[in-house]
Amino acid sequence: MDYLLTEQQTMIRDLARKIAVEKIKPVAAQYDESEEFAWPIMKTLAESDLFGIYIPEAYGGLGGGIMDMCLVTEELSRACGGIALGYAGTALGTLPILLHGSEEQKKKYLPDIASGKRLAAFCLTEAEAGSDAANMKTTARKEGDKYILNGTKQWITNAGEAEIYTVIALTDKSRGVRGASAFIVEKGTKGMEFGKKEKKMGIRASATREVIFTDCEVPAANLISKEGMGFIVALKTLDTSRPGVAAQAVGIAQGALDCALDYSRTRVQFGAPISSFQAIQHMLADMGTQVEAARALAYAVARLVDSGAKSVSKESAMAKLFASDVAMKVAVDAVQIMGGYGYMRDYPVEKFMRDAKITQIYEGTNQIQRNVIASNMIKETLKK
Amino acid sequence: MNIIVCIKQVPNTTDVRIDPVTNTLIRDGVESVINPFDAYAIEEAVRIKERCGGKVTAITMGPPQAENALKEAIGLGCDEGVLVSDRKFAGSDTWATSYTLACAIEKLETYDVILTGKQASDGDTAQVGPGISTHLDIPQVTYVKKIVEINDKAAKVERMTEEGYDVVETPLPCLFTVVKEINTPRMPSLKGMMRAKSAKITKWTAADLDADPAALGLDGSPTRVVKIFTPEARKGGEMISGSAGEVSKELAELLKGEVV
Repeated sequence: MDYLLTEQQTMIRDLARKIAVEKIKPVAAQYDESEEFAWPIMKTLAESDLFGIYIPEAYGGLGGGIMDMCLVTEELSRACGGIALGYAGTALGTLPILLHGSEEQKKKYLPDIASGKRLAAFCLTEAEAGSDAANMKTTARKEGDKYILNGTKQWITNAGEAEIYTVIALTDKSRGVRGASAFIVEKGTKGMEFGKKEKKMGIRASATREVIFTDCEVPAANLISKEGMGFIVALKTLDTSRPGVAAQAVGIAQGALDCALDYSRTRVQFGAPISSFQAIQHMLADMGTQVEAARALAYAVARLVDSGAKSVSKESAMAKLFASDVAMKVAVDAVQIMGGYGYMRDYPVEKFMRDAKITQIYEGTNQIQRNVIASNMIKETLKK
Repeated sequence: MNIIVCIKQVPNTTDVRIDPVTNTLIRDGVESVINPFDAYAIEEAVRIKERCGGKVTAITMGPPQAENALKEAIGLGCDEGVLVSDRKFAGSDTWATSYTLACAIEKLETYDVILTGKQASDGDTAQVGPGISTHLDIPQVTYVKKIVEINDKAAKVERMTEEGYDVVETPLPCLFTVVKEINTPRMPSLKGMMRAKSAKITKWTAADLDADPAALGLDGSPTRVVKIFTPEARKGGEMISGSAGEVSKELAELLKGEVV
């Protein structure tokens, strides 16, 4: 379907697709198996200027928005959702600086992110603070012109590989979520360490580690916005980034559908390609329709975000929820169409199925997304 | 350093379809791309620029739409593009083509290195690169797989042979034709593609060149394509099985009957 992309967006999508097909697809299975972080691909994305597309030109970017970021994430995910996350996770870690950072912070950090010289990561989740993010334990105590961070962030995408971390920590425990603040912490800061690399079901080319702060001294100049704004920074970041998860889910779903469609045309049973059977056709038709609907919603919300709309919580939750549920369903159906072959690791669909699952879980589980959507819907009726 | 890279636009061979009646390539609806071997020449030209500084000029002779190949080359890091295009060039063989390109290169102010792919994927002659250096009367090194040293006076390169490689030292200016072992071409960059979109391509016709009109196009081409055909496919061999004695005996009988 034609989504009336701008000339620049078409160029971005085509370039991301070229990289996905020529550079990522041939190595996706290998990285899935070895669980290595795909640095050579990150280097290619950097040289192609893709890390900078959503960063303003003043900071070395190309001045696009979340829609541009979504187009790249989708195309890369169509080849490998895990490798795509090195890219999308950097966007997530960058958004707090982009949305709430001071001019000095933007000048200091964004050019290196835009050029792909340094990756970024966002640190919010903790062992006891998942859906209940307000239950976090990590603290930041002010001492002179420094903050002293203590605590452990869990399941941090890009941890260990990224060099710029945006971290949410409590500056005033007594005030609960109103006592949270956001900080920029650079890799190599004394007192910042990484836990072991997690072994995951899918997105195995993505690095996931704990980030451990032990009396980690961060300059006061690295506080994003003001003390007490941490939770607002985090929520605004996630509202802005969720279309990116939706785009990743659309890419995974499209990748799985591409495989199933190709297979159905060449697999012969009962003397005919299985694509000639109505049972298969109806599955393919549903999958195609669902993927297109998910894409349409993801793009619509990405454009809403880029329009500068004041509140996008409900819409971005809807995009993430719908697209990730579609990704899971389409990937499961792709495996089903391919039967025993689909279940084998020699074919990429079982990987798409494993990769799809995380999109229903991270950046807020789909149950939490439903809470957000419903509470916004109810709030809207009260305003009338 | 002034670096020139000569490129050619060819049909994309990854989706080749052959007309079953005429046995020729179906060109209708086939996308045109930069000759794959020339992509290595472009990459190497950009790498020389990154090593030594200077400017890379991409040059092509072809129909007006070959401008797209030049823009793509700019997206890959070339600084300028020159399109040499005229109906008078139609029917050029490798001699006339290399003469035309040499005339265009001479019209550029100066040049230190000229790079081309080892051959084009459509004609497969591997003659145009060496032809250009002959017309310009400069040294040439073909099948270059590595540029070991290069400065504005001389270069040391490795030239691929069937058994290994030769190490060749040459003064500049010089022409190199490159093989795919020389590098891995980079992906285009968005900033490069945007620069390419607005880049102005220099266009020269036969009248712009200091060329002998009789040496251009079909009239200037001493060779003629008489016939193009697909050679008959080789038939599979005959397998002889049995003990060594039986096999050798049968083979000897066959040889007597068929050949000797």
